[in-house]
Amino acid sequence: MKVSYFPGCTLNTKGKGFDRSVREALAALGVELEELPDWNCCGASFPLLVDNVLDLAGPARVLVAASAQGDKLATACTTCYNVLKRTNRVIRLDRERRERLNYFIEADYQGQVEVMDVLQILRDEVGFEEVKAKVQKSLSGLKVACYYGCMVLRPPAEVAYDDPENPHALDELMASLGAEPVLWGGKVECCGNYLVAIKPELAMEMSYRIISSAYRAGAEVLVTNCPLCQFNLDRWQRDLVVKKGGFRPLPVLYFTQLLAIALGLDPTRYELEKHYVDPKPLLKAKGLLDQEVG
Amino acid sequence: MGTVISLEKFFLNPLARRVEELSGQDLLACYQCGECSAGCPAAFAMDLLPSQVIRLLQLGQVEEVLQSATIWFCVACQACYARCPKGVDLSRIMEALRELAMERSGEVLKHNQIPEKDLESFPQQAIIAGFRKYTL
Repeated sequence: MKVSYFPGCTLNTKGKGFDRSVREALAALGVELEELPDWNCCGASFPLLVDNVLDLAGPARVLVAASAQGDKLATACTTCYNVLKRTNRVIRLDRERRERLNYFIEADYQGQVEVMDVLQILRDEVGFEEVKAKVQKSLSGLKVACYYGCMVLRPPAEVAYDDPENPHALDELMASLGAEPVLWGGKVECCGNYLVAIKPELAMEMSYRIISSAYRAGAEVLVTNCPLCQFNLDRWQRDLVVKKGGFRPLPVLYFTQLLAIALGLDPTRYELEKHYVDPKPLLKAKGLLDQEVG
Repeated sequence: MGTVISLEKFFLNPLARRVEELSGQDLLACYQCGECSAGCPAAFAMDLLPSQVIRLLQLGQVEEVLQSATIWFCVACQACYARCPKGVDLSRIMEALRELAMERSGEVLKHNQIPEKDLESFPQQAIIAGFRKYTL
Protein backbone atom coordinates (compact mmCIF):
# COMPACT_ATOMS: atom_id res chain seq x y z
CA MET A 1 0.00 0.00 0.00
CA LYS A 2 1.31 3.44 -1.00
CA VAL A 3 0.25 6.54 0.96
CA SER A 4 1.30 10.18 0.44
CA TYR A 5 3.28 11.51 3.38
CA PHE A 6 3.77 15.00 4.81
CA PRO A 7 6.69 15.08 7.28
CA GLY A 8 6.39 18.76 8.27
CA CYS A 9 9.08 21.10 9.61
CA THR A 10 10.01 19.38 12.88
CA LEU A 11 10.27 15.85 11.52
CA ASN A 12 12.46 17.19 8.75
CA THR A 13 14.95 18.66 11.24
CA LYS A 14 14.91 18.11 15.03
CA GLY A 15 12.59 15.09 14.90
CA LYS A 16 14.49 12.90 12.45
CA GLY A 17 14.44 9.95 14.84
CA PHE A 18 10.65 10.09 14.72
CA ASP A 19 10.53 10.55 10.95
CA ARG A 20 12.90 7.69 10.21
CA SER A 21 11.21 5.29 12.62
CA VAL A 22 7.81 6.13 11.10
CA ARG A 23 8.96 5.48 7.55
CA GLU A 24 10.88 2.29 8.34
CA ALA A 25 8.32 0.75 10.70
CA LEU A 26 5.50 1.36 8.24
CA ALA A 27 7.59 -0.01 5.38
CA ALA A 28 8.15 -3.17 7.43
CA LEU A 29 4.36 -3.41 7.73
CA GLY A 30 3.80 -3.02 3.99
CA VAL A 31 2.94 0.70 3.94
CA GLU A 32 5.15 2.78 1.68
CA LEU A 33 5.09 6.44 2.63
CA GLU A 34 5.64 8.62 -0.41
CA GLU A 35 6.81 12.09 0.59
CA LEU A 36 5.00 14.97 -1.11
CA PRO A 37 7.25 16.84 -3.54
CA ASP A 38 7.79 20.55 -2.79
CA TRP A 39 5.80 20.77 0.44
CA ASN A 40 5.60 23.81 2.70
CA CYS A 41 5.01 24.33 6.44
CA CYS A 42 1.43 23.80 7.63
CA GLY A 43 1.67 26.85 9.90
CA ALA A 44 2.21 24.86 13.10
CA SER A 45 -1.03 26.07 14.71
CA PHE A 46 -4.60 26.31 13.50
CA PRO A 47 -5.65 29.98 13.09
CA LEU A 48 -8.60 30.66 15.39
CA LEU A 49 -9.89 34.07 14.34
CA VAL A 50 -13.01 34.27 12.18
CA ASP A 51 -11.00 35.99 9.45
CA ASN A 52 -8.40 33.26 8.96
CA VAL A 53 -8.49 32.60 5.23
CA LEU A 54 -4.99 33.87 4.51
CA ASP A 55 -3.53 31.67 7.26
CA LEU A 56 -5.24 28.64 5.72
CA ALA A 57 -3.50 29.14 2.37
CA GLY A 58 -0.33 27.29 3.49
CA PRO A 59 -2.03 24.10 4.68
CA ALA A 60 -4.47 24.28 1.73
CA ARG A 61 -1.52 24.25 -0.66
CA VAL A 62 -0.27 21.04 1.02
CA LEU A 63 -3.69 19.44 0.58
CA VAL A 64 -3.76 20.42 -3.10
CA ALA A 65 -0.35 18.78 -3.60
CA ALA A 66 -1.64 15.65 -1.84
CA SER A 67 -4.75 15.51 -4.04
CA ALA A 68 -2.51 15.25 -7.12
CA GLN A 69 -0.86 12.18 -5.63
CA GLY A 70 -3.67 10.13 -4.10
CA ASP A 71 -6.78 10.11 -1.94
CA LYS A 72 -5.02 9.90 1.44
CA LEU A 73 -2.41 12.01 3.18
CA ALA A 74 -0.47 10.59 6.13
CA THR A 75 1.13 12.75 8.81
CA ALA A 76 3.17 11.65 11.81
CA CYS A 77 3.45 15.08 13.44
CA THR A 78 0.19 15.49 15.33
CA THR A 79 0.20 19.27 14.92
CA CYS A 80 0.39 18.89 11.15
CA TYR A 81 -2.44 16.36 11.41
CA ASN A 82 -4.56 18.81 13.42
CA VAL A 83 -3.93 21.79 11.13
CA LEU A 84 -4.37 19.88 7.87
CA LYS A 85 -7.44 18.00 9.08
CA ARG A 86 -9.17 21.18 10.24
CA THR A 87 -8.21 23.14 7.13
CA ASN A 88 -9.60 20.33 5.00
CA ARG A 89 -12.82 20.43 6.99
CA VAL A 90 -13.19 24.16 6.39
CA ILE A 91 -12.68 23.56 2.65
CA ARG A 92 -15.28 20.79 2.66
CA LEU A 93 -17.97 22.61 4.62
CA ASP A 94 -17.53 26.33 3.96
CA ARG A 95 -18.20 27.23 0.33
CA GLU A 96 -17.23 30.86 0.64
CA ARG A 97 -13.85 30.11 2.19
CA ARG A 98 -13.26 27.27 -0.25
CA GLU A 99 -13.79 29.59 -3.20
CA ARG A 100 -11.60 32.33 -1.79
CA LEU A 101 -8.80 29.87 -0.97
CA ASN A 102 -8.93 28.26 -4.41
CA TYR A 103 -8.86 31.69 -6.02
CA PHE A 104 -5.92 32.73 -3.87
CA ILE A 105 -3.73 29.66 -4.37
CA GLU A 106 -4.90 29.12 -7.96
CA ALA A 107 -6.35 25.67 -7.42
CA ASP A 108 -9.62 23.82 -7.68
CA TYR A 109 -9.66 21.70 -4.56
CA GLN A 110 -12.86 20.46 -2.90
CA GLY A 111 -11.51 18.73 0.23
CA GLN A 112 -11.47 15.22 -1.23
CA VAL A 113 -8.20 14.11 0.43
CA GLU A 114 -8.50 12.09 3.66
CA VAL A 115 -5.95 13.33 6.22
CA MET A 116 -4.79 10.49 8.46
CA ASP A 117 -2.46 10.25 11.43
CA VAL A 118 0.10 7.42 11.31
CA LEU A 119 -1.40 5.79 14.41
CA GLN A 120 -4.81 5.85 12.73
CA ILE A 121 -3.32 4.19 9.64
CA LEU A 122 -1.77 1.49 11.82
CA ARG A 123 -5.13 0.84 13.49
CA ASP A 124 -7.50 1.13 10.53
CA GLU A 125 -5.45 0.25 7.44
CA VAL A 126 -2.85 -2.19 8.78
CA GLY A 127 -4.62 -3.50 11.88
CA PHE A 128 -3.06 -4.17 15.28
CA GLU A 129 -3.49 -7.94 14.81
CA GLU A 130 -1.32 -7.73 11.71
CA VAL A 131 1.24 -5.66 13.66
CA LYS A 132 1.24 -8.27 16.42
CA ALA A 133 1.90 -11.04 13.90
CA LYS A 134 5.03 -9.24 12.71
CA VAL A 135 6.61 -8.66 16.13
CA GLN A 136 10.12 -10.11 16.29
CA LYS A 137 11.20 -8.70 19.64
CA SER A 138 8.40 -8.56 22.20
CA LEU A 139 8.32 -5.54 24.51
CA SER A 140 7.17 -7.83 27.31
CA GLY A 141 7.80 -6.53 30.79
CA LEU A 142 8.01 -2.91 29.63
CA LYS A 143 5.56 -0.66 31.49
CA VAL A 144 4.55 2.22 29.23
CA ALA A 145 2.43 5.33 29.88
CA CYS A 146 0.76 6.21 26.56
CA TYR A 147 0.44 9.96 26.14
CA TYR A 148 -1.82 11.40 23.43
CA GLY A 149 -1.65 15.17 24.06
CA CYS A 150 -4.15 17.50 22.41
CA MET A 151 -3.75 17.46 18.68
CA VAL A 152 -5.29 14.15 17.66
CA LEU A 153 -8.17 14.52 20.14
CA ARG A 154 -9.42 18.10 20.15
CA PRO A 155 -11.68 19.56 19.00
CA PRO A 156 -13.32 16.10 19.06
CA ALA A 157 -15.86 16.75 16.30
CA GLU A 158 -13.15 17.97 13.95
CA VAL A 159 -10.14 15.72 14.49
CA ALA A 160 -10.67 12.83 16.96
CA TYR A 161 -10.39 9.26 15.69
CA ASP A 162 -10.32 7.93 19.24
CA ASP A 163 -12.25 8.54 22.48
CA PRO A 164 -11.28 12.17 23.28
CA GLU A 165 -11.39 11.73 27.06
CA ASN A 166 -10.10 8.17 27.32
CA PRO A 167 -8.16 7.39 24.15
CA HIS A 168 -6.85 3.85 23.78
CA ALA A 169 -5.42 3.32 20.26
CA LEU A 170 -1.84 3.81 21.41
CA ASP A 171 -2.40 1.58 24.48
CA GLU A 172 -3.73 -1.14 22.18
CA LEU A 173 -0.79 -0.81 19.82
CA MET A 174 1.68 -1.04 22.71
CA ALA A 175 -0.15 -4.08 24.08
CA SER A 176 0.04 -5.74 20.66
CA LEU A 177 3.83 -5.26 20.81
CA GLY A 178 3.89 -7.07 24.15
CA ALA A 179 4.29 -3.98 26.35
CA GLU A 180 2.19 -3.32 29.42
CA PRO A 181 0.30 0.01 29.22
CA VAL A 182 -0.36 1.50 32.66
CA LEU A 183 -3.63 3.12 33.68
CA TRP A 184 -3.01 6.79 34.38
CA GLY A 185 -4.63 10.21 34.35
CA GLY A 186 -2.29 12.33 32.23
CA LYS A 187 -3.10 10.92 28.79
CA VAL A 188 -4.94 13.92 27.37
CA GLU A 189 -3.36 16.79 29.32
CA CYS A 190 -1.55 19.58 27.47
CA CYS A 191 2.29 19.72 27.76
CA GLY A 192 2.42 23.51 27.30
CA ASN A 193 2.93 23.47 23.53
CA TYR A 194 4.57 26.67 22.20
CA LEU A 195 4.59 28.33 25.64
CA VAL A 196 8.31 27.43 25.55
CA ALA A 197 8.74 30.44 23.26
CA ILE A 198 7.72 32.94 25.95
CA LYS A 199 7.44 31.11 29.25
CA PRO A 200 9.50 27.89 29.41
CA GLU A 201 9.02 27.55 33.17
CA LEU A 202 5.29 27.16 32.64
CA ALA A 203 5.77 24.41 30.07
CA MET A 204 8.15 22.83 32.56
CA GLU A 205 5.53 22.78 35.32
CA MET A 206 2.88 21.36 32.98
CA SER A 207 5.28 18.65 31.86
CA TYR A 208 6.21 17.93 35.48
CA ARG A 209 2.59 17.15 36.31
CA ILE A 210 2.32 14.75 33.38
CA ILE A 211 5.61 12.94 34.04
CA SER A 212 4.99 12.52 37.76
CA SER A 213 1.50 11.20 37.06
CA ALA A 214 3.01 8.56 34.74
CA TYR A 215 5.68 7.72 37.28
CA ARG A 216 3.12 7.27 40.09
CA ALA A 217 1.19 4.88 37.85
CA GLY A 218 4.27 2.67 37.64
CA ALA A 219 5.43 3.58 34.12
CA GLU A 220 9.06 3.00 33.13
CA VAL A 221 8.78 5.03 29.94
CA LEU A 222 6.47 7.66 28.46
CA VAL A 223 5.38 7.04 24.88
CA THR A 224 4.18 9.89 22.69
CA ASN A 225 3.03 10.62 19.15
CA CYS A 226 3.93 14.33 19.07
CA PRO A 227 7.34 15.92 18.42
CA LEU A 228 6.63 19.01 20.52
CA CYS A 229 5.26 16.95 23.45
CA GLN A 230 8.35 14.76 23.19
CA PHE A 231 10.56 17.83 23.53
CA ASN A 232 8.59 19.42 26.35
CA LEU A 233 8.28 16.21 28.35
CA ASP A 234 11.94 15.25 27.81
CA ARG A 235 13.82 18.57 27.83
CA TRP A 236 12.89 19.87 31.26
CA GLN A 237 13.58 16.73 33.25
CA ARG A 238 17.22 17.62 33.95
CA ASP A 239 16.00 20.90 35.50
CA LEU A 240 13.18 19.14 37.34
CA VAL A 241 15.64 16.76 38.99
CA VAL A 242 17.23 19.82 40.61
CA LYS A 243 14.05 21.81 41.29
CA LYS A 244 11.58 19.22 42.49
CA GLY A 245 12.40 17.04 45.47
CA GLY A 246 11.93 13.34 44.79
CA PHE A 247 11.51 13.77 41.03
CA ARG A 248 12.45 10.65 39.08
CA PRO A 249 13.33 11.06 35.40
CA LEU A 250 11.43 9.00 32.87
CA PRO A 251 12.62 8.41 29.29
CA VAL A 252 10.24 9.78 26.63
CA LEU A 253 10.09 7.81 23.39
CA TYR A 254 8.16 8.12 20.16
CA PHE A 255 5.76 5.22 19.80
CA THR A 256 7.28 4.43 16.41
CA GLN A 257 10.75 4.01 17.96
CA LEU A 258 9.34 1.20 20.12
CA LEU A 259 7.35 -0.14 17.17
CA ALA A 260 10.49 -0.28 15.02
CA ILE A 261 12.42 -2.04 17.80
CA ALA A 262 9.63 -4.59 18.22
CA LEU A 263 9.58 -5.21 14.47
CA GLY A 264 13.27 -6.13 14.65
CA LEU A 265 14.64 -2.96 13.01
CA ASP A 266 17.97 -1.41 14.05
CA PRO A 267 17.35 0.89 17.06
CA THR A 268 20.56 2.85 16.51
CA ARG A 269 18.98 4.47 13.44
CA TYR A 270 16.42 6.44 15.46
CA GLU A 271 18.51 9.08 17.25
CA LEU A 272 18.05 7.59 20.71
CA GLU A 273 21.25 9.41 21.68
CA LYS A 274 19.54 12.78 21.11
CA HIS A 275 16.99 12.30 23.88
CA TYR A 276 17.64 14.34 27.02
CA VAL A 277 16.77 11.47 29.37
CA ASP A 278 18.83 8.57 28.02
CA PRO A 279 16.46 5.73 27.14
CA LYS A 280 19.30 3.29 26.38
CA PRO A 281 19.88 1.88 29.90
CA LEU A 282 16.19 0.95 30.16
CA LEU A 283 16.11 -0.58 26.68
CA LYS A 284 19.25 -2.56 27.47
CA ALA A 285 17.83 -3.79 30.77
CA LYS A 286 14.76 -5.03 28.89
CA GLY A 287 16.90 -6.79 26.29
CA LEU A 288 15.69 -4.46 23.52
CA LEU A 289 19.09 -2.92 22.78
CA ASP A 290 22.53 -4.56 22.49
CA GLN A 291 24.76 -3.92 25.50
CA GLU A 292 27.53 -2.70 23.16
CA VAL A 293 25.53 0.29 21.88
CA GLY A 294 27.08 3.47 23.34
CA MET B 1 -33.89 38.43 46.30
CA GLY B 2 -31.43 37.52 43.57
CA THR B 3 -28.77 39.84 42.24
CA VAL B 4 -29.72 41.80 39.15
CA ILE B 5 -26.90 42.21 36.66
CA SER B 6 -27.22 44.81 33.95
CA LEU B 7 -26.07 43.76 30.51
CA GLU B 8 -25.97 47.36 29.38
CA LYS B 9 -22.21 47.59 29.83
CA PHE B 10 -21.77 44.51 27.69
CA PHE B 11 -23.98 45.64 24.85
CA LEU B 12 -22.64 49.18 24.82
CA ASN B 13 -18.96 48.19 25.00
CA PRO B 14 -17.35 48.33 21.54
CA LEU B 15 -14.43 46.16 22.73
CA ALA B 16 -16.82 43.40 23.81
CA ARG B 17 -18.43 43.64 20.37
CA ARG B 18 -15.00 43.26 18.75
CA VAL B 19 -14.19 40.18 20.83
CA GLU B 20 -17.39 38.58 19.56
CA GLU B 21 -16.69 39.67 16.01
CA LEU B 22 -13.08 38.41 15.95
CA SER B 23 -13.79 35.13 17.77
CA GLY B 24 -17.18 34.32 16.26
CA GLN B 25 -18.36 33.27 19.74
CA ASP B 26 -21.51 34.21 21.63
CA LEU B 27 -20.17 35.51 24.96
CA LEU B 28 -23.57 35.38 26.63
CA ALA B 29 -23.94 31.66 25.92
CA CYS B 30 -21.76 30.89 28.96
CA TYR B 31 -23.71 30.12 32.16
CA GLN B 32 -20.63 29.83 34.39
CA CYS B 33 -20.58 26.12 35.13
CA GLY B 34 -16.78 26.34 35.55
CA GLU B 35 -15.92 23.21 33.55
CA CYS B 36 -13.31 25.19 31.56
CA SER B 37 -11.49 26.35 34.68
CA ALA B 38 -11.64 22.91 36.27
CA GLY B 39 -9.97 21.23 33.29
CA CYS B 40 -7.55 23.93 32.16
CA PRO B 41 -3.98 22.58 32.41
CA ALA B 42 -2.53 26.10 32.69
CA ALA B 43 -5.06 27.42 35.26
CA PHE B 44 -2.55 27.13 38.11
CA ALA B 45 -0.50 29.93 36.55
CA MET B 46 -3.37 32.20 35.57
CA ASP B 47 -4.38 35.39 37.39
CA LEU B 48 -7.92 35.09 36.01
CA LEU B 49 -9.48 31.65 35.55
CA PRO B 50 -10.89 30.93 32.09
CA SER B 51 -14.47 31.12 33.40
CA GLN B 52 -13.66 34.46 35.07
CA VAL B 53 -12.39 35.82 31.76
CA ILE B 54 -15.70 35.15 30.08
CA ARG B 55 -17.68 36.45 33.06
CA LEU B 56 -15.79 39.74 33.03
CA LEU B 57 -16.42 40.04 29.30
CA GLN B 58 -20.14 39.48 29.90
CA LEU B 59 -20.06 42.35 32.38
CA GLY B 60 -18.27 44.60 29.90
CA GLN B 61 -15.03 44.65 31.90
CA VAL B 62 -12.86 44.04 28.85
CA GLU B 63 -10.02 46.28 30.05
CA GLU B 64 -9.46 44.11 33.09
CA VAL B 65 -9.22 41.03 30.90
CA LEU B 66 -6.80 42.67 28.47
CA GLN B 67 -4.47 43.42 31.41
CA SER B 68 -4.39 39.83 32.63
CA ALA B 69 -1.62 37.29 32.08
CA THR B 70 -4.19 34.58 31.39
CA ILE B 71 -4.65 35.44 27.72
CA TRP B 72 -0.97 34.71 27.04
CA PHE B 73 -0.99 31.37 28.84
CA CYS B 74 -3.81 29.77 26.83
CA VAL B 75 -2.20 27.62 24.12
CA ALA B 76 -5.49 26.43 22.63
CA CYS B 77 -5.27 22.85 23.87
CA GLN B 78 -9.06 23.06 23.64
CA ALA B 79 -9.81 20.95 26.70
CA CYS B 80 -12.31 23.69 27.65
CA TYR B 81 -14.03 23.70 24.28
CA ALA B 82 -14.20 19.90 24.18
CA ARG B 83 -16.03 19.91 27.53
CA CYS B 84 -18.13 23.09 27.38
CA PRO B 85 -21.82 22.17 27.64
CA LYS B 86 -22.72 25.33 25.73
CA GLY B 87 -20.19 24.84 22.94
CA VAL B 88 -18.29 28.04 23.67
CA ASP B 89 -14.83 27.93 22.10
CA LEU B 90 -12.90 29.84 24.74
CA SER B 91 -9.60 29.40 22.87
CA ARG B 92 -11.04 31.51 20.03
CA ILE B 93 -12.01 34.18 22.56
CA MET B 94 -8.47 34.11 23.98
CA GLU B 95 -7.06 34.48 20.45
CA ALA B 96 -9.30 37.52 19.88
CA LEU B 97 -8.16 39.04 23.18
CA ARG B 98 -4.49 38.52 22.29
CA GLU B 99 -5.13 40.23 18.98
CA LEU B 100 -6.76 43.22 20.69
CA ALA B 101 -4.02 43.45 23.32
CA MET B 102 -1.27 43.39 20.71
CA GLU B 103 -3.02 45.91 18.48
CA ARG B 104 -2.87 48.22 21.44
CA SER B 105 0.44 47.44 23.15
CA GLY B 106 2.55 45.81 20.47
CA GLU B 107 3.79 42.32 19.79
CA VAL B 108 4.77 40.10 22.70
CA LEU B 109 7.49 37.96 21.13
CA LYS B 110 10.39 39.89 19.63
CA HIS B 111 12.46 38.35 16.84
CA ASN B 112 15.65 38.26 18.93
CA GLN B 113 14.03 37.27 22.21
CA ILE B 114 14.60 33.52 22.07
CA PRO B 115 18.22 32.76 23.12
CA GLU B 116 20.38 31.22 20.41
CA LYS B 117 20.93 27.98 22.29
CA ASP B 118 17.18 27.55 22.60
CA LEU B 119 16.68 28.25 18.89
CA GLU B 120 19.06 25.38 18.27
CA SER B 121 17.19 22.94 20.48
CA PHE B 122 13.51 23.99 20.30
CA PRO B 123 11.46 22.08 17.74
CA GLN B 124 10.71 24.27 14.68
CA GLN B 125 7.00 24.05 15.29
CA ALA B 126 7.32 25.68 18.75
CA ILE B 127 9.11 28.67 17.26
CA ILE B 128 6.74 29.01 14.30
CA ALA B 129 3.62 28.64 16.45
CA GLY B 130 5.09 31.01 19.05
CA PHE B 131 5.61 33.72 16.46
CA ARG B 132 2.16 33.15 15.00
CA LYS B 133 0.45 33.47 18.36
CA TYR B 134 2.54 36.19 20.01
CA THR B 135 2.89 38.56 17.07
CA LEU B 136 0.30 40.29 14.91
